[in-house]
Amino acid sequence: MKLDRRTFLGSAAATTGLLAAPMVRAQGKPRVVVIGGGAGGATAARYLAKDSQGALDVTLVEPTRTYYTCFFSNLYLGGFRDMGSLGHSYGTLASDYGINVIHDWAVGVDRDAKTVTLAGGSTLPYDRLILSPGIDFVDGAVEGWDVSAQTAMPHAYKGGTQTELLKAQIMAMPQGGTFAMVAPPNPYRCPPGPYERISMVAHTLKEVNPTAKILIADPKESFSKQGLFEEGWNRHYAGMVERIGPDFGGANVSVDPQAMTLTIDGDVNDVDVCNVIPAMKAGRIAEIAGITDGDWAPVNAADMSSKMDPNIHVLGDAAAQGDMPKSGFSANSQAKVCANAVRGALTGSTVFPARFANTCWSLIDTDDGVKVGATYEATDEKIAKVDGFVSATGESDELRAATYQESIGWYDGIVADMFG
Amino acid sequence: MRRQLLLLAFLGAASHGFAEVGGDPERGEELFRQCSSCHQVGQGAVNRIGPQLNHIFDRSAGEADGFRYSAGFQRAAAGGLVWTYDTLDSFIENPRVLVSNTRMSFRGIAEQQDRDDLLAYLRLFSSSPANIPEAAPTAAAVDHAVAPEVLAIVGDPAYGEYLSGECTACHQSSGAATGIPSITNWPTDDFVVAMHAYKEGVRAHPVMQMMAGRLSDEEIAALAAYFESIQ
Repeated sequence: MKLDRRTFLGSAAATTGLLAAPMVRAQGKPRVVVIGGGAGGATAARYLAKDSQGALDVTLVEPTRTYYTCFFSNLYLGGFRDMGSLGHSYGTLASDYGINVIHDWAVGVDRDAKTVTLAGGSTLPYDRLILSPGIDFVDGAVEGWDVSAQTAMPHAYKGGTQTELLKAQIMAMPQGGTFAMVAPPNPYRCPPGPYERISMVAHTLKEVNPTAKILIADPKESFSKQGLFEEGWNRHYAGMVERIGPDFGGANVSVDPQAMTLTIDGDVNDVDVCNVIPAMKAGRIAEIAGITDGDWAPVNAADMSSKMDPNIHVLGDAAAQGDMPKSGFSANSQAKVCANAVRGALTGSTVFPARFANTCWSLIDTDDGVKVGATYEATDEKIAKVDGFVSATGESDELRAATYQESIGWYDGIVADMFG
Repeated sequence: MRRQLLLLAFLGAASHGFAEVGGDPERGEELFRQCSSCHQVGQGAVNRIGPQLNHIFDRSAGEADGFRYSAGFQRAAAGGLVWTYDTLDSFIENPRVLVSNTRMSFRGIAEQQDRDDLLAYLRLFSSSPANIPEAAPTAAAVDHAVAPEVLAIVGDPAYGEYLSGECTACHQSSGAATGIPSITNWPTDDFVVAMHAYKEGVRAHPVMQMMAGRLSDEEIAALAAYFESIQ
C-alpha cells in the first residue's frame, strides 16, 4: 500500500486516540476493586495480583478481619471441626500478593464516576469493579421473622457467630426436645447445605440427646442429593427426622420468636431451637449498584460481567448466571474465569475461553461422605451444564470414607486457592 | 514385679530385630504394587512421580539424584533424617506425620506386618547392592496405553497455567496433599498417562473422569507442562 499524506495523518490520529486512554492510566496502574472476600472475591483478587505480576492495582474490600467459611460450618455443628479451623486471615494476600486489603463495608457505587464509597467515608476509584458480596435475606420471606429475630432463631447461613449461636442452642436443648428448621425456597446458597446441616445436627443429638426430634418445614418438592440424605437419615438416625414438604403445608409457615413456636399450615409446634433459613437474594451492594434484576445480578457467562454495566463483574451466590449452583466451589471457579478476562481487558494479556466446574461434598455421619458435581461452559445466554455425576445410594463404607477424606483435602485446597 | 519389668524391657528391645527377620519379601513385593504407580525399584529404576528406591536404607532423606523434593522433604533432610528401618517404618505408617507437607499422596499402611513385609522387600535392593535381583523394574506407572504421538505433544505452560485453575480448587499448588493427591512436579509422561486414563474411564474416580473428560490432548499436555514446571 502506498502511503499518502492523508492516510498517514489519519492513522496517526487514530493511534493517538487509541493511546489516549492508556496514557492517562500510565500515571497509575489500572485499578481493580473487589468487594467481598469470600470464595469469589478472595480468589479473584489473588489471581489478578498473582498473574498480573504487579501490572494491576488490586484492592479487596471485606468487613471482617477473620473470614469464617460457610462451607464446612455444618461439620462444626456435628463436632467434626472446631471454629478456629474454619477461620482465615487476609495477611498472606496483603503481604505476599501485594493486595490492598481494606476492612470496611462498601456502601455506595457511582457507576458514572466509577468509584466505590466505603462506610468509613473514603472513596475508591476503579477501572473494573468485581462484586462478590454473597447473599442477603428477602424481607418478609418467613412470616414473623426478620434479622432482629436472628438471636432467638438463628439463620446460621453466614459463617461465624451465627453458627456458634446455633450450636450453643442445640447443646442447650432439653432432653427429648425439638430442633426445627425452616428450609429456604430455590435458588439459595449451597443446595445440599440445609440437609447436610440436618445430618450433622442429628449426629450431635444422637450423642447428647438421643430422644430429641428434628422437624423440617420445606417449601420445595425435592432437594439436592435427596435420595442420599434420606437413605442416610434412615440408616443413622432412624425415627429422628421428620420433613414436611409443600404437599403438607411446608410452604405455609410462620414463626413466633418470643413464644418459640413454628406454625406449619395452621398447626402450632412448640420448638426448642428454630433454625430459620429465609429466601435469599444478592448481597445488598449489588442492589445499591443498580445491577440486580429481581433478587439477583444477571451476568454474561463468558467473563461474569454484569448485563447492566460492562465495567462491573459479579461472582458467586449474588450472580444470576444459569446452571451452576450457588456454592463456594462455583464462586472460586467463576473468579478464575473473571480474573483472566479482567486482566486481559486491562493489560492486554491473553484471554482464554471460559470453563467452569463445581463439586459439593456433604457429610451424613462419621465417614459417610457423598458428593455431586458438574462441568459447565459459557454460552451466549448463560453458564450451561456440560456433564455431571452424583454419588450413588448403597455405596460401600470404604468409598464413603474415601469421599469424606477427599472433602477434607478439598477444603485445604480451596482455602489455599483463596487466601494463598 | 521386677521380673515383669525386665521381661517388658526385653520385649521392647527385641521388637524391631524380630520384625526385621519376620518380614516376608514375597508378600512385600505384592504390597509394593500400591507404591509402584509412583516409585520404581530394581534394576534400571529411575525417578518417576516419586524417587527411585534402590539403596534406600541408610540413605539420607532427600538424596535421590535428580529428584526434585518438596520443601517439606528438604526441611526434613536438612534436619538430618536418615532412612533406617525405624524411620522408614514410621514414614510408611503415615507419611505426613514424619514429613509434613510431603507431596507423597499416600494415606499410609496401618498394619505392622504389612510394613515389615514391604520393608523386607525393599531391603533386597539395599542390603546387598551389588546383587540386585534380576527381576524387571517393578514400576507400573503406565497403567493405560497412550499413543506415542499424544505423548509427544509439547504442551503450552501458559495455557496450562490458566487451565490449572480448574485443578487448584482441590489440588494444592504448593504440592501439599491432605486428602487429595499432590500433582506438582510429576514427569509429564506420567501426568499425561494418568489424565488419559481418567478420560477413558480406565481409572475410576467420578470427579477426575468428569474433569479429564472434556480436556483435549493439547490441554492435557499443557497442564502436564505447567505442573511439571512449578516449584
